[in-house]
Amino acid sequence: MALLSFEKKYRVRGGTLIGGDLFDFWVGPFFVGFFGVTAALFAVLGTALIFYAAVQNGDYNVWRINIAPPDISYGLKFAPLALGGYWQLITICAIGAFVSWALRQVEICRKLGIGYHVPFAFSFAIFAYVALVVIRPVLLGAWGFGFPYGILSHLDWVSNTGYQFLHFHYNPAHMLGVTFFFTNALALALHGSLILSAANPGKGEPVKLAEHEGVFFRDIVGYSVGTLGIHRVGVFLAVSAAFWSAVCIVLSGPFWTRGWPEWWGWWYNLPIWG
Amino acid sequence: MSNFNFKLFYLPVPVRIAAVLAAVVGVGLLFTLEAPPVDVVQRGFRGLGLFQNYHPATFAKTVAENQPIAAIGSPLMVGGPAGKVYKNVQVLKDVPVAEFTRLMASITTWVAPEQGCTYCHVDTSNLASDDLYTKRVSRRMIQMVLDINTNYKTHVAASGPTGATGVTCYTCHRGNPVPKNIWFTEPKGPAHALGNTSGRNLPSRAAGLTSLETDPFTPYFLGADDIRITPSTALPEGTSTASFKATYWTYGVMMYMSEALGVNCTYCHNTRQFSDWSQSSPQRATAWYGIRMVRHLNNDYLVPLQSTFPPNRLGPTGDSPKIACATCHNGVYKPLFGANMVQTYPELTK
Repeated sequence: MALLSFEKKYRVRGGTLIGGDLFDFWVGPFFVGFFGVTAALFAVLGTALIFYAAVQNGDYNVWRINIAPPDISYGLKFAPLALGGYWQLITICAIGAFVSWALRQVEICRKLGIGYHVPFAFSFAIFAYVALVVIRPVLLGAWGFGFPYGILSHLDWVSNTGYQFLHFHYNPAHMLGVTFFFTNALALALHGSLILSAANPGKGEPVKLAEHEGVFFRDIVGYSVGTLGIHRVGVFLAVSAAFWSAVCIVLSGPFWTRGWPEWWGWWYNLPIWG
Repeated sequence: MSNFNFKLFYLPVPVRIAAVLAAVVGVGLLFTLEAPPVDVVQRGFRGLGLFQNYHPATFAKTVAENQPIAAIGSPLMVGGPAGKVYKNVQVLKDVPVAEFTRLMASITTWVAPEQGCTYCHVDTSNLASDDLYTKRVSRRMIQMVLDINTNYKTHVAASGPTGATGVTCYTCHRGNPVPKNIWFTEPKGPAHALGNTSGRNLPSRAAGLTSLETDPFTPYFLGADDIRITPSTALPEGTSTASFKATYWTYGVMMYMSEALGVNCTYCHNTRQFSDWSQSSPQRATAWYGIRMVRHLNNDYLVPLQSTFPPNRLGPTGDSPKIACATCHNGVYKPLFGANMVQTYPELTK
């Protein structure tokens, strides 16, 4: 079935989560839907607030733009706009836009009659962001624990937050997150290059398919996870990377206040040593 | 009931393995982490991440362990100078005798409460004798206290509404003849590669349980190695030629200082640029003087006492016991949380 004729058949009403037929249409190639509208509204409003807050700060150097959260003395209350209130509004807009985007993915999945794997995976990215700016600040008791919005300023926050725990590489959940990120890159490189090698066999050779791909890995490491399996591996690695990064920062502070190296004291205190 | 099924038990093997692992890790975390709430002190501009984090239950223990003990009465500036009344008084000669006796009684409660006067004096009828090494060491330690309180106000009286905080014997001793947090130079490892850990790569109790230097003291608190390794420019333009090894040493000693004061790196540094004083907290300057003070006290007071100490008081290389940050601080940013113990012993500040 030609792609275009299929798209015509798929572009029918229904499958929306809320709003019924209200925004159930396409603009060019883009499906809109109720959550397309909310995503656009939140994104435009949030971006405008970033620009407005940056102008209020009076520094137009794009690297130095810094929209910082409130002082922790404001706790979980709203702060004046210029003292962190912009940060709070922008955070609401960002979460609104990200969640709308995920729900728009759900609506498209429903229209197509496919699984929810894409919004499921994307929700881990949202979770990592929400962990940083909502879950951890709420556990610590103040919005001031969120990271500032700025290209360089958020890096300063990362550096100082890491050094609050002396040596962040000793954080066990950080170890897992880093390992998953690197393994994810390795898996993607292996998978991408394998597919390209089968599709580009050289002049005069027919294009090869899954059988050859499987044989390559069985020859070199004795096992091939298979055509569908490699994508399960990919989602698992990517989702785990985001999940453990979120865990590693939520643990730091709410559940551990000292240096991360010191956490490993339990190992040295096990009663198994002579 | 016929509809009841055990679907959960038919999960794929990898999911079952993951579930068991998650359960083990989860239970492990329960026993090793701290539960909220957390007490946090903001020490910089909002959003910069300059926070000191304290767990109330753990911190309450630290507070309880770091209380000053009550002074014996108030200063008694009566009687003739101690140097005239007692024999062999070399240091506190001009202190009025009543105050001198009061100080001696206080020193007993500070340093040797269980052993009593005879820890340093051969017996109470012969107070003048220098036969015991402890007496000779004490004299030097009193001189050290006077030196600290008069010449290192930059460190021991750096700030605080109560003015001069100063130190007494109790600041370090806490009722122990030998203060708890002292250090010795570590013996050198084998000259060959086998079994040579280069002074690191083992769990270092001194460096906050990292695998950094197990003796982060000797180069900085005895020697005068440069701690500064951070380049002052964003790109490598030759502003720092420090090696990886020097960097490990610096991180080792910095971990030690953090643990010694119960603070994290951001107590002194804005880590976006460690080297920049204008971005650092005032406490960094206090620490800078403290490092120099400790170095001076080790070289001028403790190292020369090596021949006075009996062998059982010396370290594995036959060196004197030495001091560093934790000797006074004992895990607190200000020893005894800044309690001013010298105000009731004015003779220790002159």
